Amino acid sequence: MDNKIAAVKMRDITKRFGSVVANDRVWLDIYRGEILALLGENGSGKTTLMNMLSGIYFPDEGQILIDGEEVVIRSPRDAYRYGIGMIHQHFKLVDVFTAAENITLGLDEKLDLKATAARIRSICERYGFDLDPNQKIYDMSVSQKQTVEIVKALYRGADILILDEPTAVLTPQETDKLFAVLRSMRDDGKAIVIITHKMHEVEALSDRVAVLRHGQFVGDMLTKDTNAQEMTNMMVGHAVTLNIARPDPVDPRPRIEVKNLTVRSIDGIVKLDDVSFTANSGEILGIAGISGCGQKELLEAIAGLQPTESGSICYVEDDGTREELLGKDPLRIAEMGVALSFVPEDRLGMGLVGNMDLSDNMMLRSFRKGRGILTDRKSPRKLAETVVEELDVNTPGVTTPVRRLSGGNVQKVLVGREIASAPTVLLTAYAVRGLDINASYTIYDLINRQKERGVAVIYVGEDLDVLLELADRILVLCGGKVSGIVPGRGATKRDVGMMMTQLGGNEAHA
Amino acid sequence: MFDFVSFIPRAIMQGIPLLFGSTGETLTEKSGNLNLGIAGIMYVGGISGVIGAFLYEQGVGGAAGMNGFLAIMIPLLSCLLGSLLMGLLYCFLTVTLRANQNVTGLAMTTFGVGFGNFMGGSLIKLTGSEVPSIALSATNSYFSKSLPFASKLGWFGQIFLSYGFLAYLAVAIALVAAYVLKHTRVGLHLRSVGENPQTADAAGIDVNKYKYVATCVGSMIAGLGGLYYVMDYACGVWSNDAFGDRGWLAIALVIFTVWKPNIGVLASFLFGGLYILHIFLPSGTNLAVKELYKMIPYVVTIIVLIITSVRSKRENQPPASLGLPYFREER
Amino acid sequence: MHNKVREPLFHIVKRDTLPWYQAWGIRAIAIVLALLLCALITTLCTHLNPLKVFGTMFGGAFGSSRKIWILGQNLAILLCISLAVTPAFKMRFWNIGAEGQVLAGGLAAAACMICLGDKVPNALLIVLIIAAGIAAGAVWAVIPAIFKAKWNTNETLFTLMMNYVATQLVAYFVIVWESPKGSGKVGIINQSTEAGWLPQIGGYKYLLTILVVAVLTVLVYIYLNYSKHGYEISVVGESERTACYVGIKVGKVIVRTMLLSGALCGIAGVLLVSGTDHTITTTIAGGQGFTAVMVSWLAKFNPLGMIFTSFLLVFLDRGAGEISTVFGLNQSFADILSGIIIFFIIGCEFFITYRLSFRKPAKKEAAEHV
Repeated sequence: MDNKIAAVKMRDITKRFGSVVANDRVWLDIYRGEILALLGENGSGKTTLMNMLSGIYFPDEGQILIDGEEVVIRSPRDAYRYGIGMIHQHFKLVDVFTAAENITLGLDEKLDLKATAARIRSICERYGFDLDPNQKIYDMSVSQKQTVEIVKALYRGADILILDEPTAVLTPQETDKLFAVLRSMRDDGKAIVIITHKMHEVEALSDRVAVLRHGQFVGDMLTKDTNAQEMTNMMVGHAVTLNIARPDPVDPRPRIEVKNLTVRSIDGIVKLDDVSFTANSGEILGIAGISGCGQKELLEAIAGLQPTESGSICYVEDDGTREELLGKDPLRIAEMGVALSFVPEDRLGMGLVGNMDLSDNMMLRSFRKGRGILTDRKSPRKLAETVVEELDVNTPGVTTPVRRLSGGNVQKVLVGREIASAPTVLLTAYAVRGLDINASYTIYDLINRQKERGVAVIYVGEDLDVLLELADRILVLCGGKVSGIVPGRGATKRDVGMMMTQLGGNEAHA
Repeated sequence: MFDFVSFIPRAIMQGIPLLFGSTGETLTEKSGNLNLGIAGIMYVGGISGVIGAFLYEQGVGGAAGMNGFLAIMIPLLSCLLGSLLMGLLYCFLTVTLRANQNVTGLAMTTFGVGFGNFMGGSLIKLTGSEVPSIALSATNSYFSKSLPFASKLGWFGQIFLSYGFLAYLAVAIALVAAYVLKHTRVGLHLRSVGENPQTADAAGIDVNKYKYVATCVGSMIAGLGGLYYVMDYACGVWSNDAFGDRGWLAIALVIFTVWKPNIGVLASFLFGGLYILHIFLPSGTNLAVKELYKMIPYVVTIIVLIITSVRSKRENQPPASLGLPYFREER
Repeated sequence: MHNKVREPLFHIVKRDTLPWYQAWGIRAIAIVLALLLCALITTLCTHLNPLKVFGTMFGGAFGSSRKIWILGQNLAILLCISLAVTPAFKMRFWNIGAEGQVLAGGLAAAACMICLGDKVPNALLIVLIIAAGIAAGAVWAVIPAIFKAKWNTNETLFTLMMNYVATQLVAYFVIVWESPKGSGKVGIINQSTEAGWLPQIGGYKYLLTILVVAVLTVLVYIYLNYSKHGYEISVVGESERTACYVGIKVGKVIVRTMLLSGALCGIAGVLLVSGTDHTITTTIAGGQGFTAVMVSWLAKFNPLGMIFTSFLLVFLDRGAGEISTVFGLNQSFADILSGIIIFFIIGCEFFITYRLSFRKPAKKEAAEHV
């Protein structure tokens, strides 16, 4: 392979978002006739790097060479000119249009849907796609929509094809089909990049693998020359000591019992598959897993926001009485006397109202209190002042709309409100995402104090180092299934990493 | 026996202004703009045509000095110009300045109806006429001229050939609009702008340009509806408020036709028929029932709106981003 | 190759919230500019000194105690309808069917007056009128709300159509109740007995209407800003997902709020039919259902601000009406002036929400190209 000329050479590519360095002097070569797996944890900069190839972002520094010539790519149109097509995780399709109409959208040629359909059919035949050009997008399954996106890229003459986590939304059968067409495209001389963090996919599909970690290029090698263990090590790196405090659990007793929980998305994709576990009071249960493995659905199901298919979620009182939470909305759950707090991933879109001020946002949880028809304005204001003071929120005042605060301060307001109601269960999703070091430690500290108060904390996190130091037990999700539950003390990053990428981790692999 | 031979032409003539209005509004809505100012725009289109015709008639000193070509082109162009300006105003406020579409549209209607009645009133004063209306009978004779042999063909001529050229233009525009929307690249791109501007933008389509052009062209087409009403239907007589609420009926027609101008051709005649049905239906001495008959077009529209939303068949829904502004930086 | 991409002259950037005085400053500038344009147009049409024109407008609005009363009554009715549509707008439910809801309320009031005028004691009749008017307005508003909540039927178009159904319904009853026969009008209802007429306070015909609306303004203000329902409305309007997150049932809030919206329109209808006009026509709402949308929106849905915005529009209407009588222009002149002023205010909101940031030096540009 050494004698091949790289279709794409990326040299010293750097991209910053504010103070965050998403890509730091990354080198990457992409060859024709080869499938490259771009491997890395969440937030390691894989998608950002590829977005610079496809014209979504523009690099701050570095060069891109296509077939040895330096090029400037400023828009997706530019990218297509160089034969680069990218299939994003969120499809850019018009629902009421047919596949053919979507594929031809934005081109300049005369509209001739019959000719378009014929060309689409010939592309499909060539690579083995199964696609009806005249079918409407809204009638399609996710995998069919993905096919439309791939054919769209090919139709525009792309011979360097980038797929961003293409299997995240597919069933195993659909995945096999996708892999088959990707192989046939490779054999046709196209360059294929798939962004992924699933080890078995790398092994099953790719010819070469390149690993990114924390925005930096770690290395690349031929897939046949490496193994899952080595790749996982490169991906997660060596354990970093963060010195997060971890007090011992206080009198842990079962608080939330989840049994055989199964959840399907609106598209019919299984998001949670037969999940069972127990969360104890006075303990932090960490949830690990690559993104989109059912973490969001799990928390929302417990909070009463996610329709479920089967299973049960029981709340266990101190005296041992059990109450079923499944099928109840948040209001019913609160009325049952279950003090459940939830710090959702989407802070301003769900947890808070961006246009309301701090004090009004405090009211979201408390506005129903009191008998009269009027709301109590004083206590939320007081609470807002307390939160600002105790959590050191940097704000001009409690009458400032929260959308004007920085990410860390927004999160402090949200967490502050959620713990103010003296919960017995605290659900947090990516509680420190986008926060700087200091703000993150404030949040860890708050969560630990809740644990000491005897709250059952379920902490969904993406940074394994944090999970390993903060959580008492770690539940690892893999593709909506429980891959295993390990104690936070003593577990290694390697073990958890393996369980995230393969069901059961080492055991299954062995 | 129901008198179809006299009913159908009247229904069609009643339907033509609605057809212009609904075709214009359909194009506008396909770009994601809900232009509630269409009623005002039709007034402006009508009065602009009247002003043009009035000045021309006065300028050349009456029917004798009039040239057929200019007698048609002057009102036509002034109508198009007037409604184009209204369309530009709407776009400037909603697309460039991102103002709320509903409020802007309602303000345009207030303004447009006011402008029409004010200019109409001023012209009436200028002529010193006894009756509160302006008669442009010379111009009317050019606009309502039908084919010379139409009257010789009996019922066939009466039903199909007895109209002025604007009526045929309305049908032609509606059919062309339907073709453009369905079969051309411009139409495909326009629909994508109204459905999903983010996707359109990502595909390299200039969203704002499409919104501007579609809304302005839509306004001009709607304005022709006002022109037809005065110059042909009302026999060249402008009287204030005579146009009534036909603009709103045109918006209803857009829903009724599920955003398809070709269906609009027949639907507008049907609406026109429903609108005047009360004249033809036997109601005996009970005049009140006629008022209930007039309700039919609106009730039917509501039923269509409900059915399309309940069945939620995707093709029959309003464009998905209708009424919503689009800013690229907020994607 | 397109290495050089032409950068636009300026970018549009969303502002942080402006201090209230700057925001109102921008609006004041817009109104002043609009008034200057109006003055220019008026001068062109009348060849008069613009100051004199404004003087005439003032005279038209405040010239005599009768004129002031009429101004007050017009203001009260417009404000009442604006109050009605506001809760719905705050929830982002575009109720442009106030016209029909007022008509429905007025029709119910007229029906009670005509059918029960001589059958029940007057006090009971008035109670019935008010109840029927409120109920009719509420029913008219809740029909689109139910479909919106259940099937997400487009409420803008639905409420718009409901206006015309109401208009025709009134037209029907106008003929049924025609008096004298053949006049095409209902005439003054119960002229001899005054049954079902709302009482006059201190002999002032319009005082009751004004007082009722004043009370309603305060109540709606409190409801929106201090009640639990009002808070729920704000949350639903801002983000339906947040509403679900805290257990607010969005459909229920939509239906409940539209019941209120319609009920307030019903009150406006009762005040018009039973309080001042004592008759019913199809034009009783006179397009104010649409004007109310603008009043409410211009005041940023603040009931107290709406006192000012509705005053502005009523003042223009009355003042421009006077101009047209005095200078022999036509009544519609007022609509043109209102239109211009509203366009300016609508347009100026852009400069409150956004600012233009002009082209930066080329080097920085690349860094910002995200």
